[in-house]
Amino acid sequence: MSAPTASPPGPATAAPLLEVEHLKVYFELRSGPIGRVRGGRVHAVDDVSLRLAERETLGVVGESGCGKTTLARTLIRLQEPTEGRIRFRGQDISHAGRRALTGVRREMQMVFQDPQASLNPRKRVGAIIAAPMRLHGVSDGDPGRRVAELLEQVGLNPEHVNRFPHEFSGGQRQRIGVARALALEPSVLMLDEPVSALDVSIQAQVINLLEELQDRLGLSFVFVAHDLSVVRHVSDRIAVMYLGKLAEVSPAEALYTRPIHPYTAALLNAIPIPDPRENRARERIVLEGEPPNPIDPPSGCRFRTRCPRATTLCAEVEPPLTEYAGGHLAACHHPLNVDDHDIATAVRSPDSPHSSGEQLPQASGATLGPQRPDSSAG
Amino acid sequence: MGNLLEVRDLRVSFRTEDGVVAAVDGVSLDVDRGEILAVVGESGSGKSVTAMTLMGLTRSPNASFQGSARIGDTELLAASEAQLRRIRGAEIAMIFQDPMSALNPVQRVGAQIVEQIRAHDRAMSAAAAMDRAVQLMERVGVPHARERIRSYPHEFSGGMRQRVMIAMALSCAPSLLIADEPTTALDVTIQAQILEEIKRLRVDTDAGVILVTHDLGVVADVADRVAVMYAGRVVEQGTLDELFYDPQHPYTWGLLGSITRVDRARPERLAAIPGQPPSLLAPPEGCHFRPRCPHEFDRCREIPGLEARRPEVPDHRDRCWLDPEDKRRLRVVGDTIGLGTDDTVIA
Repeated sequence: MSAPTASPPGPATAAPLLEVEHLKVYFELRSGPIGRVRGGRVHAVDDVSLRLAERETLGVVGESGCGKTTLARTLIRLQEPTEGRIRFRGQDISHAGRRALTGVRREMQMVFQDPQASLNPRKRVGAIIAAPMRLHGVSDGDPGRRVAELLEQVGLNPEHVNRFPHEFSGGQRQRIGVARALALEPSVLMLDEPVSALDVSIQAQVINLLEELQDRLGLSFVFVAHDLSVVRHVSDRIAVMYLGKLAEVSPAEALYTRPIHPYTAALLNAIPIPDPRENRARERIVLEGEPPNPIDPPSGCRFRTRCPRATTLCAEVEPPLTEYAGGHLAACHHPLNVDDHDIATAVRSPDSPHSSGEQLPQASGATLGPQRPDSSAG
Repeated sequence: MGNLLEVRDLRVSFRTEDGVVAAVDGVSLDVDRGEILAVVGESGSGKSVTAMTLMGLTRSPNASFQGSARIGDTELLAASEAQLRRIRGAEIAMIFQDPMSALNPVQRVGAQIVEQIRAHDRAMSAAAAMDRAVQLMERVGVPHARERIRSYPHEFSGGMRQRVMIAMALSCAPSLLIADEPTTALDVTIQAQILEEIKRLRVDTDAGVILVTHDLGVVADVADRVAVMYAGRVVEQGTLDELFYDPQHPYTWGLLGSITRVDRARPERLAAIPGQPPSLLAPPEGCHFRPRCPHEFDRCREIPGLEARRPEVPDHRDRCWLDPEDKRRLRVVGDTIGLGTDDTVIA
């Protein structure tokens, strides 16, 4: 979360902290008396490759059901992948067992969306925050002092160590969740919608706290959210997911100023701007329909059923992840905001799904008319 | 003024085990036909209690009401249950945040819409009511309405369920529609669709709309006028542009400063409002925002009335004792340095 421009754009940098390759997570659907009837599979995460560098914040955005939470849960192995590799500091943890994961879990902690549901209402705050230390047998020094230190670190009064979660407000409870996640001095925090249950003025407090902690403790964040304006504020790089696939991966600013995938553009355009004049001035494109069923996703590009630019090609061939200059990746046959030069220099990313086609987008003359039809997206 | 709805000094309090909670503490609002009034505030500001009180949904042995809320010639606070039953649906309709819990899960959606239509128009035949229900669902954009009307609520997506709720709310052509966080549970692309729907029905039906929300983006998108609530009171009320471009209350400044914007490069730090809203069991005396306000002075221990404080803008009212000239000066400073960035200390 340092200066956004300084963010190392993905693969080019040295060994990433956390890395997934062609990750797939499918959920079997069962019905009937004791679940004996198989009823297809939910393609929650479907061939996703991503990297997280040291001290980097990777934002993961998308609508409900796009697989962003499943991705985060699988990254820290709360969920076992169906296929693909997860590597943490080079160590393959894709199918590691409990014991092998103990050390990894110390380094990767999670902060959940609903602080009300993720804190035990019958335990005192001190016990909640000390729990990870107890579970991992970390006993160096005085746990009481460490708890007080953690409370102070997240801006809570250390004297409140004996209070119960219900005695705190929503924002304070989220701070308790953050303190607990920090107890084992992790290097990665998975933040799953950490501020979406909070009021705006309190959201700002928690976001500021997270940024401070990252600077001070050198943390890496995976920040999962549906709110693109919050994600813009915190992220170095952002991955946009649609129905289990990566639609676009981009340095944070470029995603907002120059979205390449029509889904990203539509998503940005759908967000009402808290500024009446600008809101009136921009042209709105209201996306028709709803995300399709992840049990039976559309052929080819998954966004084609709602996409204003879709052609027959989109139904026949799944678009590969195409890497444009500046580490900006998008999976689209008919990209926005790129000129012929951008297209000529683009390459097929090795992160492209195995099922995707080989052919990269063609220069505008060959396939499509004018670019940038929706300048409003910027 | 001949407004559709006039709320004057509405007070709602609830007796609880811990004492009396003054949830709504002197709210005055006007809504005209064909107008969208946004009521903005954070959790606990009393915006939903205000909305539900208009529908008579907060009545209980532990609740007490003062003030006045009139729609047409009817005083809502004094209406009998029988009167309220006639008013609900026909005069005032409501859309809730979570359509799943507002719909009956074991009844087909068509039957639920028909039930509402026939409750207010007993002469209508079942077949005619069903036709009307199909028309309503088509009008709010439910595809294949004639088939989908036989579905149960769980067979619809969140956005479609909210459309069904709107169809139901429109079934008796109400003159006032109250939408309580109608898009909060929805994804942004679906939110955009539903907001378009609300804007369209305002034009089509000339109904007044009260939109309760915490999202200033939604407000900027659809509202004509805005009332900002804090700790049970309206602290500022005015037209959309006045509120965004010439806000008069320090709480509004803080609210506008703490939003992250998708169309702006990120600031170094968000201007958070320090501290948190007061407990409504024992609110601070005088201005409720006083303990969090960076511009507090002696007079703030007196309750400021909701008044027009600048002769040149008579329809903009606020509850702040600061001199309008001082406000202009303070706000410029506030804009550049952020209101208060000291958010780390919580007592």
